[in-house]
Amino acid sequence: MNILTKIKNQFLLLVTLLISYGLQAQGNDVEMADIMRSNGKIYVVVAVLAIVFIGIVIYLISIDRKLNKLEKNQ
Amino acid sequence: MKTHWWKALGVVFVLYAIVFGFLGPVPRLPILNETIRVLYFHVTLWFAMIILMTASLSYSIGYLRNNSPLRDLKAREGAVTGMFLATLGLLTGSLWARFTWGAFWVNDPKLNGTAVTMLIYLAYFVLRGSVEDPQKKARLAAVYNIFAFVMMIVFIGILPRLTDSLHPGNGGNPGFSGYDLNSDMRMIFYPAVIGWTLIGVWIMNIKIRYTKLIWKQNEHLD
Repeated sequence: MNILTKIKNQFLLLVTLLISYGLQAQGNDVEMADIMRSNGKIYVVVAVLAIVFIGIVIYLISIDRKLNKLEKNQ
Repeated sequence: MKTHWWKALGVVFVLYAIVFGFLGPVPRLPILNETIRVLYFHVTLWFAMIILMTASLSYSIGYLRNNSPLRDLKAREGAVTGMFLATLGLLTGSLWARFTWGAFWVNDPKLNGTAVTMLIYLAYFVLRGSVEDPQKKARLAAVYNIFAFVMMIVFIGILPRLTDSLHPGNGGNPGFSGYDLNSDMRMIFYPAVIGWTLIGVWIMNIKIRYTKLIWKQNEHLD
């Protein structure tokens, strides 16, 4: 009886390990932009977005300055 | 002496989110794949919107206490900028939903709740536009704004949590728990929230100063 529970426990352990291994393998199969990142092209996207955002910020600053001038004139 | 440091801080935080949001490590999850990075831009816009609406609410309460037209103006511009961020949040969320949940609009309590919230805030602007007397307008708008804020909390914060929702942190789940947002993502997410909020406050600030100039001009003419 004791040996049987031992075997059962070991079997359960093996099953758990297999399941966790399977899950891990699945986790690694998830498609990510690894290739894109490995040849460096993602930096282009980041640069484009940064330029767009900086452009908007420069526009905001220019509006801010114009307002400042008007406020000083009054 | 006017301070500009907070504008620079907002710009730096958003730029940081743009750069590290794309290059930083993220959990590898099925279905979501790389779109998990949308979280840095979509969810942060909503956080900033809620913060601006809270600012608008506090200005409305302030107006009811001292009847200053400036408070009313700030409350209005807070709600306008908040609605602007909400529109961006809705559009980005819709696109994200198309590629992860399968449709631009799904019958999700959070989505319907935000739609109702935006309609409630639209009614705030309709109410403002339909009253001629400026004092009466400001008073009514301030009272309605308190109502609108409470409705927003109910429709975005409470009701989606009581039923099942596709959004994480709803349907009885805790908010951002370990599996939703790991420590790597938090390092980008929270600065991005602050960054978008400061950018929103900057836009709001510009619009308030613009209207103040118009007021002065009108005084001059009178």
